[in-house]
Amino acid sequence: MNEQIFGIHGAALELRSQRMGVLASNIANAATPGYKARDIDFNAALQSRLDGSAASESANAHTLFKVPTMPSMDGNTVELGSEQIAFTENAVAYSATLSFVQGKVNTITRALKGE
Amino acid sequence: MPSDQPTTLFSMSQRAMSAQLVRMNAATSNLANAGSVATREEDAYRPLRAVFATELDEASGLASVRSDGLVRSETAPTKRYDPGHPLADADGHVFEAPVDETAEMVEIMESARQYQNLVQALTTAKQLMLETLRSN
Repeated sequence: MNEQIFGIHGAALELRSQRMGVLASNIANAATPGYKARDIDFNAALQSRLDGSAASESANAHTLFKVPTMPSMDGNTVELGSEQIAFTENAVAYSATLSFVQGKVNTITRALKGE
Repeated sequence: MPSDQPTTLFSMSQRAMSAQLVRMNAATSNLANAGSVATREEDAYRPLRAVFATELDEASGLASVRSDGLVRSETAPTKRYDPGHPLADADGHVFEAPVDETAEMVEIMESARQYQNLVQALTTAKQLMLETLRSN
């Protein structure tokens, strides 16, 4: 039902929210020795979500470790600058997707009310 | 600090922020004790360091931080000849705390930077959540 109404945007919003958690984890672990930064391959995850797998499943399957520009001695691969950019980019994309979803809801509400 | 509650973005950021606070307090204590002297080598102040470890919540995929307590570094105190010092031992030596002030300042700056980053990420996430909630 919700796939029919929201199409690709419902799936994208779920994955954007998952990715926000992953990127926030990286920022939280910026000082943890040995922590490996992760990120979700959004396109691949969205494709597998559209192919019918669950949101958390498709996010987990496409969560990859980041390759650092320059590895640090304590084994931590978080680079604060690139994490910030990825987080911002994801937040903007989330906002965009959210407004598409809101548009869909408005369309249906208006159709129901018969305005 | 394992809890029965599932990890959320908020609890994760909160734990990471307390971890950064522990780290900053340790560095501040080190700075406060820079230059303190003792009569015996084993009594001299040794710098404190916070130890961080990742706490992965398998269900949500969120990784928060746990502060595994404080560790005293093994650096040997600086032995200084100062016979006029009231704390000097029989040979006229005092033992000074091996605190590197510059390193501690850098530690505090880095910690503050990462704390800011966490607050910023949390604010953005909160804003998006509210936007989603309020959309009708």
